[in-house]
Amino acid sequence: MSAQVPELEVRDFSSVSPQKPWKLSPREVAINASTILIALILSPIIVQVTPLKGKLGLVLTFILVAMVGNIVLSFLRQGVQAIGNSIASTFIYLAAGLVLLPVASIFFTVIMRGYHAVRINTFTQDMSVTQSDGPYTEGGALHAILGTLMLVLIASLISVPIGILTALYLTEVKGRAEGTIRFLVQAMSGVPSIVAGLFIYSVLIVGAGGHYSGFAGALSLSILMLPTVARTAEEVLKLIPRDLREAGVALGGTQWRTVVMVVVPAARSGIVTAIILGVARVAGETAPLLLTILGSTTTHLNPTDAPISALPLYTFNLLRTGLNVAIDRAWTGALVLMILVLILFVLARLASGRKK
Amino acid sequence: MSDVMEFEGNKDNISTKAYLEEAVSQPEISSLASVASHHSAPGSQPLGTGLEARGVHAWFGKHHALADVNLDFPAGTVTALIGPSGCGKSTFLRTLNRMHEFIPGAAMAGEVLLDGKDIYEPGTDVTKIRLKVGMVFQKPNPFPSMTIAENVLSGLKLAQLKTTNKDDLLEECLHRAGLWNEVKDRLKAHGGSLSGGQQQRLCIARALAVKPEVLLMDEPCSALDPGSTLKIEETVRQLIESVIVVIVTHNMQQAARVSDYTGFFLSDGGPGQLIETAPTSEIFSRPKDPRTEAYVTGRFG
Ligand SMILES: Nc1ncnc2c1ncn2[C@@H]1O[C@H](COP(=O)(O)OP(=O)(O)OP(=O)(O)O)[C@@H](O)[C@H]1O
Ligand SMILES: [Mg+2]
Repeated sequence: MSAQVPELEVRDFSSVSPQKPWKLSPREVAINASTILIALILSPIIVQVTPLKGKLGLVLTFILVAMVGNIVLSFLRQGVQAIGNSIASTFIYLAAGLVLLPVASIFFTVIMRGYHAVRINTFTQDMSVTQSDGPYTEGGALHAILGTLMLVLIASLISVPIGILTALYLTEVKGRAEGTIRFLVQAMSGVPSIVAGLFIYSVLIVGAGGHYSGFAGALSLSILMLPTVARTAEEVLKLIPRDLREAGVALGGTQWRTVVMVVVPAARSGIVTAIILGVARVAGETAPLLLTILGSTTTHLNPTDAPISALPLYTFNLLRTGLNVAIDRAWTGALVLMILVLILFVLARLASGRKK
Repeated sequence: MSDVMEFEGNKDNISTKAYLEEAVSQPEISSLASVASHHSAPGSQPLGTGLEARGVHAWFGKHHALADVNLDFPAGTVTALIGPSGCGKSTFLRTLNRMHEFIPGAAMAGEVLLDGKDIYEPGTDVTKIRLKVGMVFQKPNPFPSMTIAENVLSGLKLAQLKTTNKDDLLEECLHRAGLWNEVKDRLKAHGGSLSGGQQQRLCIARALAVKPEVLLMDEPCSALDPGSTLKIEETVRQLIESVIVVIVTHNMQQAARVSDYTGFFLSDGGPGQLIETAPTSEIFSRPKDPRTEAYVTGRFG
């Protein structure tokens, strides 16, 4: 039978090279670049001859001139229809640039102001025996780093399971209280962070006669983290097609086993995003910690019995001293916090990407 | 590879008439086989084996989608369900493994007997029913988080079944679904990395791994190329030794090629109904109902 099938002819295709005809030609790139260049030259001149003054004026004029140049160019190339497209794309690029600007400038500022107080002892010592304006080579943020890690860990242990189970209730069980629960979760995500702190303070520390402690702090952070995790996880679980749930059930799985084996793994990377957003929500919170962990200069690892420190609170307290060296330490605290959160995100992504 | 070629070659040489003759001869052979092989349920009569729908109705909310369907699926046979779009074929299929109740607002009436027992009897374990009555969906839906091998064996985990030799089962199911040769070197690849036709055969292998008594297939080939379609049809013909197959199809040639019996559904504005059911060759050569004739000859639908 297979003898009847003709052999595929061996042909040589080496003379054809891959091309990208949809890319701009060098000439077009040069024309585009020249409009930017013209705008760069024109805008200072315009600023000189008009009442517009200062850096802001310069930037605004540059954007305006570049936009006009871009629009004229696309009109010349493709006619009237292209103008709308050109205006829209200019605004989109502009918006993306404007979003990038504050993010980049925050990173830049924190790094520039934070790096020169960094020493080995920043990560190995606390402030128990060092004055806040003591030399950089003494004292550090160890107690605050450990405090933040402890708070984030306990808060996650509380709110990740509850948040994901809540999301599963909303998307899989769809029980009678679905509407009410969704409303409450939304309302909860609007709770101001200081109110979360005040609540734990009044109930646990004043009411029940408890201590300022890591646990109290973690509880107040959980109130903020829970709705973020639950709502994001719900959105992600909603995206999993019903086909998969039906396939799982049609194979003889119970609803619970289908959820655990099929639905949640399919949504795994989204659920990790939910956790990351939750951690991001609380890692930098300061207000609720003022009322629940109080702050401390010593390293304390028991979360139940005494005040502890955390990086946002460490930064806040040092800034308030007004002393130059202390302010440098505060910026270092902010830098360490940012790096710590970054490391947590990368770890979470790695954990979610890896096969079991 | 070569068996595929031969199968495709056959298609060109043998006319539809030959297929029909083959289809006619099938029920006799297989009904003999079924008497011989199905004496598993002690106490029940031999006639009680197989699947049987009695007076089945279905509703979506207030919408009466399906009315009074009586249909027998004897052991060792393939039954095709045909009919215009929206006449309730999928709905009927889903009442046979209790997937209908998965839809909010759904309701049903009537009985579905599996080996003589009503699957809707109060106290019945739904998961056991779905384990015995497997399903292949119109759109391929492999589990995206699992590898090819894990997909095939997923039913065992979902239903918490024990197997002695997973590797043998894996190979056997992939062979039966006609997929083994294409995936044997990449069992660890993700299910989503296969082509649409391969994904559908993976879903068939997955459904076979839990050893169902009945396999329901809802337009399993509607998104597939002729080659994959023929492979799946070949698979279906091989399955009849151990599985009762019910297949919904819009393709008359497919119904003629794979099925022993054919049921024609129609909805005349009201709920869908089973108009006629008969051995496939009769439905296509001398249908009793003029509406069936009009449909199979392509005059409406
Ligand atoms: N989930 C649902 N909710 C409400 N009505 C539905 C639902 N699914 C199907 N129906 C209705 O039930 C009737 C039968 O639908 P069904 O899907 O069984 O048709 P079908 O014969 O499988 O059609 P097709 O050949 O297009 O797949 C139709 O009128 C349809 O609108
Ligand atoms: Mg259908």
